[in-house]
Amino acid sequence: MSNQAERSEQYLNFYKENIKRISESSSPYINSFREAAIEKFCQLGIPTRKNESYRYTNLDTFFNHDFKSYFLPSESDFAMAEEFRCDVTDLDAHGLVLLNGFYPTLNDKLRQLPGGIWIGSLNEASKKFSDKIEKHYGKYVNGNSDGLVHLNTAMASDGVFIWVPEGVVLKKAIQIVNLVQSDQDIFNQHRSLIIVEKNADVTLIICDHTLSPQKFLTNAVTEVYIGENAHFDIIRVQNEHNNAAKITHTFIHQERNSNASSNNITLHGGLVRNSTHHYLGGEGAECNSYGLYLADKFQHIDNFVNVDHAFPNCTSNQLFKGVLDDMATGAFNGRIYVHKDAQGTVAYQKNNNILLTDDAKMDTKPQLEIYADDVKCSHGATVGQLDDDALFYLRSRGIDKRQARLMLMFGFAHEVIQNIKVEALQERMDNLVMQRLKGELSRCASCMVKCG
Amino acid sequence: MLVIDNLKAEIDGKNILKGISLQVKEGEVHAIMGPNGSGKSTLAAVLAGREFAKVTEGTITYMGKNLFEMAAEERSRAGIFLGFQYPIEIPGVSMVNFMKTAVNEHRKYKGLEPLSASDFLKLMREKKELVEIDSKLANRSVNEGFSGGEKKKNEIFQMAMLEPKLAILDETDSGLDIDALRIVANGVNKLKRPDNSAIVITHYQRLLDYIIPDVVHVLYDGRIVKTAGRELALELEEKGYEWIRKEVEES
Repeated sequence: MSNQAERSEQYLNFYKENIKRISESSSPYINSFREAAIEKFCQLGIPTRKNESYRYTNLDTFFNHDFKSYFLPSESDFAMAEEFRCDVTDLDAHGLVLLNGFYPTLNDKLRQLPGGIWIGSLNEASKKFSDKIEKHYGKYVNGNSDGLVHLNTAMASDGVFIWVPEGVVLKKAIQIVNLVQSDQDIFNQHRSLIIVEKNADVTLIICDHTLSPQKFLTNAVTEVYIGENAHFDIIRVQNEHNNAAKITHTFIHQERNSNASSNNITLHGGLVRNSTHHYLGGEGAECNSYGLYLADKFQHIDNFVNVDHAFPNCTSNQLFKGVLDDMATGAFNGRIYVHKDAQGTVAYQKNNNILLTDDAKMDTKPQLEIYADDVKCSHGATVGQLDDDALFYLRSRGIDKRQARLMLMFGFAHEVIQNIKVEALQERMDNLVMQRLKGELSRCASCMVKCG
Repeated sequence: MLVIDNLKAEIDGKNILKGISLQVKEGEVHAIMGPNGSGKSTLAAVLAGREFAKVTEGTITYMGKNLFEMAAEERSRAGIFLGFQYPIEIPGVSMVNFMKTAVNEHRKYKGLEPLSASDFLKLMREKKELVEIDSKLANRSVNEGFSGGEKKKNEIFQMAMLEPKLAILDETDSGLDIDALRIVANGVNKLKRPDNSAIVITHYQRLLDYIIPDVVHVLYDGRIVKTAGRELALELEEKGYEWIRKEVEES
């Protein structure tokens, strides 16, 4: 099955066999993308290391595995999702649970929050708000050259829909909990669409969990539209087991004077690949892209960031930091693309890594393409060990070596965590990171469903 | 309290300390002066347990114990404090968390319970006033973005928090303007008790106008070449280090 063409064909056959089930609950508009998408996928295939943006990440072990695809949840699945409670008790958020990529309730698939915000199932929304879907769905992934994005467009049938109407400011965050659970090895794909209209303001927290020990593969696409002068923060916390692969693609399209931030925090996961695309599509837009990854054993974590400065006077900032232990490997690829007319661009990028062992490995690659001349850009990447001078400074005050190391690693990680504006979540993240660094965080530590 | 006997140390195979003997008794303040490159900072590093300098000969006994058998953190808990010539910036580690951890480690060593949050903050407040350190600095990351003077004041603040038996101040005065120097020196003087001691390492006599030493040593080329009372510092200030060099070379 290592043959690329064979593998693509296998997915094509799979698509043909299941297209009825995939499309039956989706709206005609969403279904209208599928045919072209599967064709595009067949052209591009599953990314291999020959693909420049996947150079350091090998997807083979997961894509060669014989997964069962998950199309429709059963009633027992719904009951399980009901049981799930997030234990961040101080986190006052509007919650939403996705199970294996589906919105697991029979009724109330869409609900309204204060200010006329709608959250719920993408499927359901595609019927109820067809005008919104037609305006935004599939627009922001357009032209992407990653075969997996097209595979998702072809085969995903549900996910989350959020619509924040013009001028609405939601004080409480919205929290999506992505659960993966099955008694079989499954491959699931989901698709989300988030629309934040002009002058609106919302914070979204996404928590990725696995609840059973089977082998899992998730390929998720999220499209985000941020209207003029709107404000949007997305924080993704990943805590999956070592037998799970999580591939996320997030496309954030920003209009004039809007402000967006993305924060990917990976605490655990066998193979994680987050690609975050920021399109600054109007003058004065600003984006911040943050990431923190803590990996050990044979974990592999890859962050791919693409910031597209298409208009003048936009600002972007990337800060990604990682601590790799044991034989863990990581990759960071940060691309800044400044179009010819994007004068007055300010773009920063920083990637710092600490390797705790000789076997841990990190590949980091800045990629700047600048076609405008009035531009302020900087980038820096470091891969190193804990600072000996700092270690001695702490020890010279009576703090033992182990604790001093922990404090330094925590301080290193905190630079990313401190950008989370939801205070309860920031504290919670500090705690989780500390537990993780001490080696005390098991994969299910933050879940009430004790599945063993 | 501290007995150094024939201490020799090298860095990267180069002899830096060439046989130093020194005794500090309870309550004494010793000044160690000397030109650049004479080995002052290496001596401080060896005392604090920094591993870059390799001790090749000699002994150091602190409170009756072999200092070389104690790790840096144990030395600190046993009452040795090093004021760094160049304090280290540690982004992401707050001063509060740093000091709380350090103070509680010291308390654990003495068999005491950790301080409660409120008692700890009270202690911080008292000590901050003592060294006239800006309140806001304590809420920031350790030394991050501090000015040179603030960093040195922060060293004295940490010293106040940990109440050492033996403070070693490594060129705490260099780079300070006269106001900062006075604040730092006042801090040291206020912390002085009859049962604790200090070794003040300095290049300039200036600091010794404020911190009055009982004994002044001159370190030159890895050896203590002169030991006398306070008047030696004044003589050095007047004549510079040149006459010392001549004396050493002639003998």
